Amino acid sequence: MSKAGSGLRHLLDFQEWSTARLLALLDNTDTMLAVLDRPVKKVPALQGLTIGTAFFENSTRTRTSFELAARRMSADVLSFAAGSSSVSKGESLRDTIETLSAYKVDAFIVRHHASGAAHQVARYSGKPVINAGDGRRAHPTQALLDAYTIRQEFGELAGKTVAIIGDVRHSRVARSNAELLPKLGAKVILCGPAPLLPRDLAGEGVSLTTDARQAVQHADAVMALRLQQERMDTGYLGSIADYVKLYQLNEALLAHAPDHAIVLHPGPINRNVELSDDVADGPRSRILKQVENGQAVRMSVLYHLLVGRG
Amino acid sequence: MSAKAVILSPEELRRALTRIAHEILERNKGAEHLALIGIHTRGIPIAQRLAAKLQELEGVEVPLGRLDITLYRDDLSEVARQPIIRETEVPFDLAKRRVVLVDDVLYTGRTVRAALDALIDLGRPESIQLAVLVDRGHRELPIRADYVGKNLPTSSSEVVKVRLQETDGVDSVELWDMQDIQEAENE
Repeated sequence: MSKAGSGLRHLLDFQEWSTARLLALLDNTDTMLAVLDRPVKKVPALQGLTIGTAFFENSTRTRTSFELAARRMSADVLSFAAGSSSVSKGESLRDTIETLSAYKVDAFIVRHHASGAAHQVARYSGKPVINAGDGRRAHPTQALLDAYTIRQEFGELAGKTVAIIGDVRHSRVARSNAELLPKLGAKVILCGPAPLLPRDLAGEGVSLTTDARQAVQHADAVMALRLQQERMDTGYLGSIADYVKLYQLNEALLAHAPDHAIVLHPGPINRNVELSDDVADGPRSRILKQVENGQAVRMSVLYHLLVGRG
Repeated sequence: MSAKAVILSPEELRRALTRIAHEILERNKGAEHLALIGIHTRGIPIAQRLAAKLQELEGVEVPLGRLDITLYRDDLSEVARQPIIRETEVPFDLAKRRVVLVDDVLYTGRTVRAALDALIDLGRPESIQLAVLVDRGHRELPIRADYVGKNLPTSSSEVVKVRLQETDGVDSVELWDMQDIQEAENE
């Protein structure tokens, strides 16, 4: 089944992705960006394939980015966005995938609030699966576009330091970055209030701190995580005001970072909560670059998983 | 293991390219409006050599480009073998250019078909011509070359191995049996 050079069928997390394979994926992203710069922003690489998106959580951005990426590669797209409250969750995911399968979909892009949902789909669908976010577990294409944006800025990732500030506990973006960046030779510093900073995330290339100034001190890139409003109600945090005072990424905090440090955010932004207006719109912000790169990274992911399997 | 036959010596290769350069000039009545675009991998150095010849003969610097056709292939097993997409660089406006596509070997025609699609997505050249070092026959598509260094009847169990200074450190074109070349490359 596996073709030479790649036994990979899915992008669920980075466990099975070698550093060489990840670097090839980032290298090919350069080409995809060049395609997006042309008058004809489309290549026929995935002609004839149909890609199904099954989103059980709202996400206009990620879904749009994936769908456009698939179309740029000449694949057809079948979109299924489900409300999750009406049906029992496990069943509805499986039903959806089986329905899409009956339409002869060749690959699935899955987002689900349950950690491990994409892994399940990979087990029973028999088709390549791309994880577009499962619970708090992983969001691999977000981490890839973050890595790509940092590499684009500095030319390489090896030896770079990335500070990620915010609600680390509930963040699949933080987990995926903590898994990916060390594989590419970068160091990750996870930072947030103690209740939102699980100790077990520390490991090879990943350290933790509750001190935001310390986190950004040697950072080449600083990422602010979206603060979910509902966390306030569950007792993890005292008040937004307290959070803002200690952890908001603003000019005052950024002043402690090196001059060359860039600012990232996975979007959508809660302005003046985790990220101040002036920083979000300032010269160090690469947030719109991330959006642009996200489309190209997803084209590259589709290429790596699907070309040669048609 | 060794080659069955030497098809072009370094000297013959040089002469073949000189002749193609003359033919290009004759057919296009000079080098004005011309552009050369090499197909990865070995089409690129061949295009560079043709450009140098044209410069020598006409004193005109012909724009050079390079094309990677990976995203345009229809034989996808080939893509799976070579997953890294290389650079496409056409640093000039294709409009009103007479483009000469350059490749080392013309075989099934599928590479050229893909290259035509890739090129047309970049712009609208006035015309596209095709120059190849070796035409070995066995076309699967209605495509022919405008300029050919050497016409070579082959069987499909044979391999035409082109090596160039720029990519392989040596200039040579050889004919091999597929089995022999696989063994030689595995050594």
